[in-house]
Amino acid sequence: MAAFFVRRLFGAVLVCIAVTFIVFVIFIIAPGGGKRGTAERIAGKNASPQLVIRVEHQWGFDRPFYVQYWKLMQRMFTNKLVSYTSQVPVLSQIWQDMPATFSLTIGAGIIWLTFGILVGVMSAVTAGRLSDRLITVLALIGISMPVFWLGIVCRYYLAENASVFPDGEYVSLSGNPLQWFYHLILPWLVLAVLFIGFYGRVLRGNILDTINEDYVRTAKAKGLSWRRILRRHVLRTSLIPIVTLFGLDFASVLGGGAILTESVFDLHGVGQYAKDSINNFDLPPIMGVTMYGAFFIVFFSVLVDLFYAYLDPRIRPT
Amino acid sequence: MADRLLEVKDLSVSFATEDGVVRAVDGVSFELDRGKVIGIVGESGSGKSVTAMTIMGLTRDVNARFGGEVVYQGRNLLEISDTEMQNFRGNEIGMIFQDPMTSLNPVYRIGEQIVEAIQAHERVDKRNAHRRAVELLRQVGIPNPESRVDDFPHQFSGGMRQRAMIAMALSCNPSILIADEPTTALDVTIQAQIIELIAQLKDDFNSAVIMITHDLGVVADIADEILVMYAGRVVERGATRDLFYDPQMPYTWGLLGSIPRLDRPRPERLHTITGSPPSLITLPPGCKFRPRCPHAFEKCSEEPALENRVETPGHLDRCWLDVGYKRAHREESISGGTSEAA
Repeated sequence: MAAFFVRRLFGAVLVCIAVTFIVFVIFIIAPGGGKRGTAERIAGKNASPQLVIRVEHQWGFDRPFYVQYWKLMQRMFTNKLVSYTSQVPVLSQIWQDMPATFSLTIGAGIIWLTFGILVGVMSAVTAGRLSDRLITVLALIGISMPVFWLGIVCRYYLAENASVFPDGEYVSLSGNPLQWFYHLILPWLVLAVLFIGFYGRVLRGNILDTINEDYVRTAKAKGLSWRRILRRHVLRTSLIPIVTLFGLDFASVLGGGAILTESVFDLHGVGQYAKDSINNFDLPPIMGVTMYGAFFIVFFSVLVDLFYAYLDPRIRPT
Repeated sequence: MADRLLEVKDLSVSFATEDGVVRAVDGVSFELDRGKVIGIVGESGSGKSVTAMTIMGLTRDVNARFGGEVVYQGRNLLEISDTEMQNFRGNEIGMIFQDPMTSLNPVYRIGEQIVEAIQAHERVDKRNAHRRAVELLRQVGIPNPESRVDDFPHQFSGGMRQRAMIAMALSCNPSILIADEPTTALDVTIQAQIIELIAQLKDDFNSAVIMITHDLGVVADIADEILVMYAGRVVERGATRDLFYDPQMPYTWGLLGSIPRLDRPRPERLHTITGSPPSLITLPPGCKFRPRCPHAFEKCSEEPALENRVETPGHLDRCWLDVGYKRAHREESISGGTSEAA
């Protein structure tokens, strides 16, 4: 098991290095424009000619590409990657936005996992009946509704017109736990809706497949109650693929993937930082958030693999 | 007086499907006494597995319709509630299945799965149940059961998994063990061991066995009585000896002919029964085997009843052919048409 972990971790590090290189190619090399053009892009929309020249030199755009890559990595990992538009170091900003994104992800994750499983199990055990069809329709509506639309509608009717919920913004957990919760309810639900529908559909299919497995018939032949069979023999194996999905989705939201939800509710999380940077053509933060997001996904996929090995002994290395 | 455990009376099972009603089992009757082994033989779709699963209550479904009776301990198992049926499953009637590779849950240890079966029916704490699981594994011939009990199914070979399945099926000491093609997925050498094990455990546990197979050779040694099924019906029934030495139904001849044998001249190709079994939705009129039967004549358009047509009592068949004619002509079907040339 330890060897498996080390091997998997080593692989993850390689993937992260590859990601940094791809980011470098996409943002620095691929757009072209020569050393001056590249420096202008990095320096931002309203940069003075002096700044552009300084950037060109400091980032090594007048030197070979491996020097440029090296200098970029140096900046990335020493918090010297700075947005020239706002003068704020990218890592500091991400660090500051992290609590909002983290709060959003945790709450929404709990909601979508719980209800996704509930929806999947309910529609699977009543497969073909009215309740299953009803749930299916609701799930499809949930999957099809664009987050930005649902978010704006919810905010407009529930927060601005009816004032049932606060109108956006993030309140820190340490500052006021009650307000923190109150402010996050709407974003959590809006973000979770899509995932609930999707997870419910996937789990329903898994359960219906598993019910026909021979070992479920064996469990029946043992004389176990249907409830126990469902919990121990059907659900346990059906949930394994859900673990994978959850790990990766969780990581991607944590890595700033909930751009729309964060922006609609003005949470000032990492996703919104990415959105604002894109609006301003501010490249350093975009690069930073991209890499940071990728690292999260890689890290969580390692966790998923470990948990997977725990859940399914067949892939456990011996 | 024989200790009668199970009586199946005129059992019929049909399933409503989108294509029509599938009449999977039609009018099957047999009795099972303690200490006996009954073999149910037939090809895929003959209704042998559905018969077994129905006894276990595993075919219960909104689309399934049952007729007749399955009487166990004076109660009709077709009529009791699902919860009551749970107490019979595993506890009174144990079952093992065809494919031991997929019949055990891959994510639980062998021991856990046996413990689960024990605890489903008895108030035993985990430690004692675990100890019993080890003992059961020893009884079914798993070497070093103290440590293998904590293995996962994928760490067992096919034969060992089937042994573990048998241990699980016997864990609550059921009166009846139903074995649904228990050796089909195993190597030939392992097959013999498993059959022998089942026969021996039947005596150790003082139970009875229903052995389902498509291979007459599998039940030849251990069955006391054999039912040959075709298209949901019993087409021949008799003591094992009678069935092997005086088979009355051309379908049985075909089955006998398709067993490879060392004591006869080798035909170029193993005998096969031409054609395929009829659709259970639209059955042919008359004898169901008629379309594939080389000996069919006019009378076969009417379905023969399952009755005694030979001197031996208890040997029943569904065939209109004259007994003398059959005894004269069956040899070519049984030993294969081309064998004379070899």
